[in-house]
Amino acid sequence: MTTGETLRLLSPELLLLVTGLAVLIVDLVWRDEREEKTVWVPAVALIGLGLALLATIWLWGTEPTPVLAMMAVDPFALFFKVIAIVTVMLVIVAAVPYLQGRTPFRGEFYALLVFAGLAITLASSATTLISIYLAMEFLSITSYVMAGYLRDLKSSEAGIKYFLYGAITSAIMLYGMSLLYGASGTISLQGIAQTLSAPDQWIRWTGVTAIVLMLAGFAFKIVLAPFHQWAPDTYEGAPTPVTAFLSVGSKAAGFAILMRVFYSGMPAFRDGLGWQAFLMALSIVSMALGNLIALRQTNIKRMLAYSSIGHAGYIIIGFITLVPNVDNAFLGINGSLFYILAYLFTNLAVFGGVIAFEAATGNTEIADYRGLVKRSPMLAGVILLGLLSLAGIPGTGGFLGKFFVFGSALRINTPQTFALAIVGVVTSAIAAYYYLNVARYMFFERADDEAPAVAVPVGAQIGLLVAAAGIVIVGLYPQPFIQFVTDSIQMIGTLL
Amino acid sequence: MEYLLTIITFVPLLGVVLIMLIPREEERTIKNIAIGLSFIPLLLATYLWFAFEKGGPAFQFELLAPWIPSLNINYHVGADGLSVPLVFLTTLLTTLCLVYSSYTIKVRVKEFFLLFLLLEMGMIGVFISLDLVLFYVFWEIGLVPMYLMIGIWGQPKDRPQYSAIKFFLYTLAGSVFMLLAILGLYFFHNTFDIVELSQGLGRGNVLGPVFAGNSTYAILAFWAFFIPFAIKVPLWPFHTWLPDAHTAAPTAGSVILAGVLLKLGAFGMLRIALPIFPEQFQFYSWNVPIIPILALFSIVYGALVCMAQWDLKRLIAYSSVSHMGYVMLGISAAAAGWGVNAFREAAAMASNGAALQMFNHGIITGGLFFLVGVIYERAHTRDLALMSPTGEPVRDADGKVIPAFGGLGKMTPYYYGLFLVTAFASLGLPGLAGFWAEFFVFRGAFEIMPWFAAIGILGIIVTAAYILWKIVQYVFLGEFDAERWKAISHGAILTDVMAFEKATLWPLVVFMIGFGVYPTPLVDFFNDFAQKLFGG
Repeated sequence: MTTGETLRLLSPELLLLVTGLAVLIVDLVWRDEREEKTVWVPAVALIGLGLALLATIWLWGTEPTPVLAMMAVDPFALFFKVIAIVTVMLVIVAAVPYLQGRTPFRGEFYALLVFAGLAITLASSATTLISIYLAMEFLSITSYVMAGYLRDLKSSEAGIKYFLYGAITSAIMLYGMSLLYGASGTISLQGIAQTLSAPDQWIRWTGVTAIVLMLAGFAFKIVLAPFHQWAPDTYEGAPTPVTAFLSVGSKAAGFAILMRVFYSGMPAFRDGLGWQAFLMALSIVSMALGNLIALRQTNIKRMLAYSSIGHAGYIIIGFITLVPNVDNAFLGINGSLFYILAYLFTNLAVFGGVIAFEAATGNTEIADYRGLVKRSPMLAGVILLGLLSLAGIPGTGGFLGKFFVFGSALRINTPQTFALAIVGVVTSAIAAYYYLNVARYMFFERADDEAPAVAVPVGAQIGLLVAAAGIVIVGLYPQPFIQFVTDSIQMIGTLL
Repeated sequence: MEYLLTIITFVPLLGVVLIMLIPREEERTIKNIAIGLSFIPLLLATYLWFAFEKGGPAFQFELLAPWIPSLNINYHVGADGLSVPLVFLTTLLTTLCLVYSSYTIKVRVKEFFLLFLLLEMGMIGVFISLDLVLFYVFWEIGLVPMYLMIGIWGQPKDRPQYSAIKFFLYTLAGSVFMLLAILGLYFFHNTFDIVELSQGLGRGNVLGPVFAGNSTYAILAFWAFFIPFAIKVPLWPFHTWLPDAHTAAPTAGSVILAGVLLKLGAFGMLRIALPIFPEQFQFYSWNVPIIPILALFSIVYGALVCMAQWDLKRLIAYSSVSHMGYVMLGISAAAAGWGVNAFREAAAMASNGAALQMFNHGIITGGLFFLVGVIYERAHTRDLALMSPTGEPVRDADGKVIPAFGGLGKMTPYYYGLFLVTAFASLGLPGLAGFWAEFFVFRGAFEIMPWFAAIGILGIIVTAAYILWKIVQYVFLGEFDAERWKAISHGAILTDVMAFEKATLWPLVVFMIGFGVYPTPLVDFFNDFAQKLFGG
């Protein structure tokens, strides 16, 4: 492969790298200037991200190609690159008013966000154990710093808790990877799949052990129970834009890696006591635990943390029930991707609203949202739409995501997947209660008389409207998106 | 022409968008736009009423366009004899509610009219959907505006927040299982199309028996459809959300809840549960008669509970449970007679009765809730008797309950007249619309399941008792006591019905009398549907 071709294939990553560095330089140059110029720092980041998004779209349609022997450009990776870049863009838009007055080091924050986005694009392309591990660590370390960014007690707690859990699970995951390497003698996922295509009993047990150990790392990133304990405290304490990023971008990276490692690297370990069974257990526990504990939360960020555990459980159903060839569109894994796409807009609409509200008032308790419809109808409307999408009400993207994954579970038609679907629908009905509880405060309760209107800056308004439009368009005109996710399941080195 | 139903459905959505763009201070403009736009679907529905060709194809004004091709989900809409009157009912009640609310809704006007039009779109959409996913989408979209309407404009003493979430969760909890059943049907038959899946509806049996005769799947899926519909109807014991929601909702909300939303459940029974699962429906109506027993419980229990109510609005809410029980009795009798040659006429008759009861109950109970609104706007109380702080009626020395109103017949004769017509229509007086529905239901049911019909008759007697004793006697008869009125209404002036109230009530009263004297136009629609369903 020519250098030019390699550069072309890596153009999204290179652009993100340049963008991150450019943000740092711009911030350095204009640091002591007047306030007006600092708006150019996030603008530079957004322009760079936009270029990276264009580069990713430009690469769309390339055949799955390995790059530098440790990465691959395939539709699956490109899908997650799109998710990562769009997430970071929306988070930056929401973060601008939030950061004002909270920290003087805003330039570094945007740079860190861009680098975290870069880490996700790398993770989605990584095809060897080493590159996967490095990408995950890259993402983790930028996330730790961002979680503890505000230097108050809660933010510091969030950062340190995230770091401690992350360090431990990452070590456990690395041990699992080393077992896999020991059993196969290669770090390439394709190599592992070939070497271990017909495992004997001993290899099988080694593989199962490796699955369990690696799951600790993957489930930590995805926030699947029981590897979720860090999430409520970190989600609550971290700066809210970071929480938004963790709940969408970081989660997506975890899914990308989990799917690639298990599906492309360990297809022989799926059935019986394999990753499918473990993921089913994690899915059921996550759906039940996340949605039940969320019922009792009074802080909106904590509530969304538990809700995101439940959603991780829903998303993984699609991957559990994947089948490469059937005569309908319920392939399982495309359901997961569709859900991630819908969840991106949904969760960023809700978080965009939460960030804007916190930026204006400093409050994060659900009770503080009382009478929001009077104080800012637009904010209340967007949050309501996001909550309805999270609850899976038809007409929203969230509904079709659930439709897809529950459909995949029913299509397989085994008692286990039937149980997944039943737990899924029961918990989504339960979840409606706590989502609507926020709506209750926003619409039914009265605001205090002296409560001022909540001002939302224009930039943040645009971000909110983009997310809201995304929810409605994905929900009502899903055909192109279904096409997109169905094309995106193509992964290098697998049958798909 | 194939776009007629689409226009009827989505004109209200246009109204939603328009109202969203108007500043909330412009209340007059918002009201005018909402009312004005609501006349478009009403006029088009009237046109539909006359343009629908009875004896023609089962579904007319049909439109089939791909919506989500890769999932085989289509935008498939069409109207048949069952849906044409119900679409008309929806558009009529919506316009009346909007007119009424433009005088009575004082706070958060913009939101109210916006939500009401959104609700109208959802309700009409259910009646015209011929694709299961489309049906489900419309079915659930209506939940959100109704939830907000109960919670925002409910009276604080009626616990509106509790009632709103209860309404939402009951409906949602049932319908998530319906979603699984829809998916199950799809994986088995590879279609979401209601017409293709139905055994009947005029197109014959395209795909063979449901789930190819696999009875476990069919029974599970049948209940997964039946229970959400039964919750919406509501069938005893799934009815407990109803009294709370009806009582807490603002007048227009109660009217539309009782008038149309309950019909969605019964409509689902006739559009989906019966045509797609006829054997299962028949099994549970005839061999193991769970459904008629629940229907009888609804009729008799609902009526008896009415006797014990002291809140006029709650009383009428419970009367809906009882009256919708007739609908379910009719549907289950029709299902029991499915495919039995000897019962063909009786089954069609029972189905006609059920459908007539759906339409008439919409008009009558809608009217009753408007009438309760009239008195509530004046007295700001709906208690029939003077109540102690513990919520028990106060009794005089002889142990008699002291009526709170009493003698309104003399003071407000116009109101008395309108109320009497509506109340008598509700208890099924011959010559008014309610009679024909009950007549058809019992005429059909008596031939198919005589014992159930005989027990069901009890409901009519109790209904007459609570309407005459509880409503007419306590509110209108007796002596008017000006002091007592001053005490309960905190000095409000008692006026007779005002112009806007007449404008909302008269159309309904005209239909009650009109279809009471000459029900044929309405029966023809439902008979067209029934003849096709039961294989005439």
